[in-house]
Amino acid sequence: MSVFQDESRLLAPPPVQPERGGDAATLAWLRVVPTRHPGRWLATAVVAVLLAMVVSSLVTNDRWQWSVVAQYLTWPSVLTGLWGTLRLTFAAAVIGFGLGTVLALMRLSRSPLLRSVAWGYTWVFRSVPLILQLLLWYNLAYLYPEISFGIPFGPAFTEVDTLSIVGKFGAAVLGLGLSQAAYSAEIVRAGILGVDQGQHEAAAALGIPRARQQLRIVLPQAMRTIVPTSINEIIGLVKGTSVVYVLAYGELFYTVGVIYGRNLKVVPLLMVAAIWYLIITTVLTVGQYYLERHYAKGALRTLPPTPVQRLRWTAVSLVSRVSGRPLPASVPPAYAARSTLGGHLFRTGSTVPPRDDVGSGP
Amino acid sequence: MSAGLVEVHGVHKSYGTLEVLAGIDLVVQPGEVTVVIGPSGSGKSTLLRVINHLERVDRGFVAVGGEVVGYERRGDTLRELREKEVLRQRTRIGFVFQSFNLFPHLTVLENLLEAPVHAQGRPRREVEAEARVLLERVGLSDKADARPRQLSGGQQQRVAIARALATKPEVLLFDEPTSALDPELVGEVLDVIKDLAHSGTTLVVVTHEMGFARELADTVVFMDGGRIVEQGPPAQVLDHPQQARTRAFLDKVL
Repeated sequence: MSVFQDESRLLAPPPVQPERGGDAATLAWLRVVPTRHPGRWLATAVVAVLLAMVVSSLVTNDRWQWSVVAQYLTWPSVLTGLWGTLRLTFAAAVIGFGLGTVLALMRLSRSPLLRSVAWGYTWVFRSVPLILQLLLWYNLAYLYPEISFGIPFGPAFTEVDTLSIVGKFGAAVLGLGLSQAAYSAEIVRAGILGVDQGQHEAAAALGIPRARQQLRIVLPQAMRTIVPTSINEIIGLVKGTSVVYVLAYGELFYTVGVIYGRNLKVVPLLMVAAIWYLIITTVLTVGQYYLERHYAKGALRTLPPTPVQRLRWTAVSLVSRVSGRPLPASVPPAYAARSTLGGHLFRTGSTVPPRDDVGSGP
Repeated sequence: MSAGLVEVHGVHKSYGTLEVLAGIDLVVQPGEVTVVIGPSGSGKSTLLRVINHLERVDRGFVAVGGEVVGYERRGDTLRELREKEVLRQRTRIGFVFQSFNLFPHLTVLENLLEAPVHAQGRPRREVEAEARVLLERVGLSDKADARPRQLSGGQQQRVAIARALATKPEVLLFDEPTSALDPELVGEVLDVIKDLAHSGTTLVVVTHEMGFARELADTVVFMDGGRIVEQGPPAQVLDHPQQARTRAFLDKVL
């Protein structure tokens, strides 16, 4: 294209200055044509076709048996199983991240004993497969039929039957929570190490007590890196609970298995479980978005708009464009300038720098 | 009355095999302004960090207000203090960092309240009223609810100074307070420090601002290679240096 232009320059004299976009007053009236992206359009078309194929096969192939899926999606025993999964995830996450934070602080403490204990814990629990840990916890009653509470190496105050504390649910929570703690400890530790050393120094120089230095100054800043990875871990945990089927605990995956074992509608019931896992993950993802936003305070000068705000602003700017009324002040000018309608870039003069290529089309 | 007196006696400090402080003796009288100058790597910052015990000394001792920092004297022995007691001592020694080190997730006011309320255990209401006065003093009373990243560098450093003042320290240490600032913002921070120089608080300032040293310092200390090469009133050290190394340094920076 540039070659063509060069040749045209040889044949005809160059356009006169004003037409090439000299004075600002004329420039302001010119129509702005956004850059075209043919490659992007092609890729979009390919993906759209693939997507259409997937959707149509989901709809037209009646072996998916969507009516059966719909029937079992809210089946009472499925909901009980779902509740089991949620309960397990919650308890294991609380134990995992509570203990994990303690372990991380131990790893960073100045006591060599605390440091090595925390290191040893992480080493053991990361090394042994989860399924093996679950079965071990389930057999705790074989190793220690009774658990006594009292002074270490001294008299016991009370003794209880192990099975009454560590049943199926107990074993599952212990197995999932304790192994999760090993992973979360590393996440929390990495988060703390990621906080600028100057923050520790400033807190120490001000004489702020050590516990408060960690809890008020360092951890909230560490949360910015801890949250995304942690939600990732919790999503892993949601699906990890399905391993608990080895203990025949009635969580979602086990329940679905029991049902298709009886009625042999394997695929539709697997889809029921899949849909519920999708829903849980979606809720967690939305939660992650707002958590990240919360901990971004102070790290960003202005927070990005939430999806709700973006929707509202889009609607408001659309309405104002159709009706011709000016945009309300609640819509940020930068946002209004960026939004496009029908390929026409909507600009507010001062936000876009003058371009010298305006008007020099092919 | 020795409040605000800073005594440094025979202090040595090494990082590995590198000796950063090679025997420092320095006395800063209460209410005086001492400016420490010298090439980078001469141990200026380490000296400041030793004074408030952010770094532990290898030999010698530091006393602020007649109290040994980091240790407790019992007859002929110096017993190392527990961290809690060191933290208590630090509330009497304010420290202003080159990189501000404000807490970005807290508002300006919360930054100021943190130490008086939680390190000194003073009532929040009383401290908040004082904090607002401090903010007014550094010209930022309208920024109490802003977060540090929303402020310019000069404003952040002024908040950091107000934060250091919030514990009512008898000594204020400044570690190159204007080195991270754009030239046009240096003035506003120096103005605040000048204001403090007349308030009776002892100031120890590490800086490259020679104009500031000349105008406000009671004593200028020139350091090189972990030692104090020369010290005295600015007119003497800056204009008639006795040592060749001081002259060589000043020729480069002035």
